[in-house]
Amino acid sequence: MKFKGYVRPNGKVGSRNLVAVIPSVVCANDVAQAIVRQVQGTIGYFHHQGCCQLPPDLKRVTDALISLGSSPNVGAALVVSLGCEGTDHARLVEEIAATGKPVEIIRIQQLGGTSRAIQAGIDAAQALVMKISGLQREETDISNVVMSIKCGGSDATSGMASNCAIGYVSDKFVDLGATVIFGETTEFIGAEHILARRAVTPEVGKKIIDIVNQMEARALSVGCDMRQGQPTPGNIAGGLSSIEEKSLGAIAKSGTRPIQGVLDYTDMITTQKGLWIKDTPGREPEILTGMACTGAQFMMFSTGRGAPQGFPSMPVIKICGNPLTYENMKYDMDLNAGLIITGKKSIEEVGEEAFAMALRVLNGEMTKNEALQYYGSIDIHMLGPVI
Amino acid sequence: MELKLGLKVHEADNVATIFAEGILKGTQVQIRDKSGNTQMLTVLNDIPYGHKVAVIAINKGELINKYGEEIGIASKDITPGEHVHVHNLDSMRGRGDLERSKQ
Repeated sequence: MKFKGYVRPNGKVGSRNLVAVIPSVVCANDVAQAIVRQVQGTIGYFHHQGCCQLPPDLKRVTDALISLGSSPNVGAALVVSLGCEGTDHARLVEEIAATGKPVEIIRIQQLGGTSRAIQAGIDAAQALVMKISGLQREETDISNVVMSIKCGGSDATSGMASNCAIGYVSDKFVDLGATVIFGETTEFIGAEHILARRAVTPEVGKKIIDIVNQMEARALSVGCDMRQGQPTPGNIAGGLSSIEEKSLGAIAKSGTRPIQGVLDYTDMITTQKGLWIKDTPGREPEILTGMACTGAQFMMFSTGRGAPQGFPSMPVIKICGNPLTYENMKYDMDLNAGLIITGKKSIEEVGEEAFAMALRVLNGEMTKNEALQYYGSIDIHMLGPVI
Repeated sequence: MELKLGLKVHEADNVATIFAEGILKGTQVQIRDKSGNTQMLTVLNDIPYGHKVAVIAINKGELINKYGEEIGIASKDITPGEHVHVHNLDSMRGRGDLERSKQ
């Protein structure tokens, strides 16, 4: 099976051909936003990190921005630096450039401030867009696909409909030799024993239990009751009573294939195939960034309550398990898995529809949140304090 | 009248999920499982869409099962047909409040 994508100099294949405008620190966001507003074909990663943080977190910000800039959906990158930030913007430029794509950098302080940096940035972004805009899609094997998956705004339908349909799609991509990534470590709590049984080796199984224990220990260490944060108020209103119940429904989206290993938050997929876990929190702005860091060409996102957001450089397909929400939010929801709940369609039928849409999106069709540009709020997941 | 349905995911489950609107106290619902077994149940509370009811009696301290797995522990005695949610089901995980009360 094939799809048509943009083949990058390092052999990776993108489903989009975007110029990424990358602020190296939160303080560069306003300049980066002005550039993105002006120049068609650009997207921005307007995160809130990059200075006054401890070294492991500063490294994490640099690594995450390198992974985002290296994504095959990005054809060229413009780094917007303030000049005095904590991230390593020299390494940022160097490592994205190592993938073979054009990279430019502008420095706000060096250029003489906001207005001059915006002018220089618009000129640079325009040149990059014109440089890559003529690139044509080429037919390429389906095994080049990296699909990320996620559920958000879950209710009781998620675990019985939309997540099951995504599980069907996940198994199908794995069987075609592609790569599938799922995460949300918080939502393994209570279901980790089932995931550990699916690990390819006892070591991978142990790693799954370890990341869940670390996540639970973080909740225990603050002396709070996790029920105050998970399930969320929306989950509870939707009928989910405990994190265990939410988790057991959440893992349905990973399908049934063996779990090959566990990736760190900023890791890119190099040659790994099959089903992988990425250690991420569940909240959208941070997990979508973590998933885009893998180089995923798209995401399959399950919701019951109706989560509308996407990600700037990774099209997100919304598959809604709740038939009432689908009708109510049909300009945000791409697929109706609620027909499984009403008994009108099987998991396999909705799974096949979702797979067909995934192929169309890989070939260029826009998702609803992509067309609405509903992807402004992103962030990078940090471990330590802001200091 | 349209039959109101509840779904029991696994045979060993002691709760079922209601996927219908307007389930008021006293409504009769048909609970189905994947093998096609059915059971009629009168609900004892108003049940919102997507919420759970007990299909058998569950005593305080007993495990509550859905998907054939534990989703929590009964914090009160629960009778068949009763709404099962955060008011009578306690999560057993990430409970820093319990850790603190042990100290």
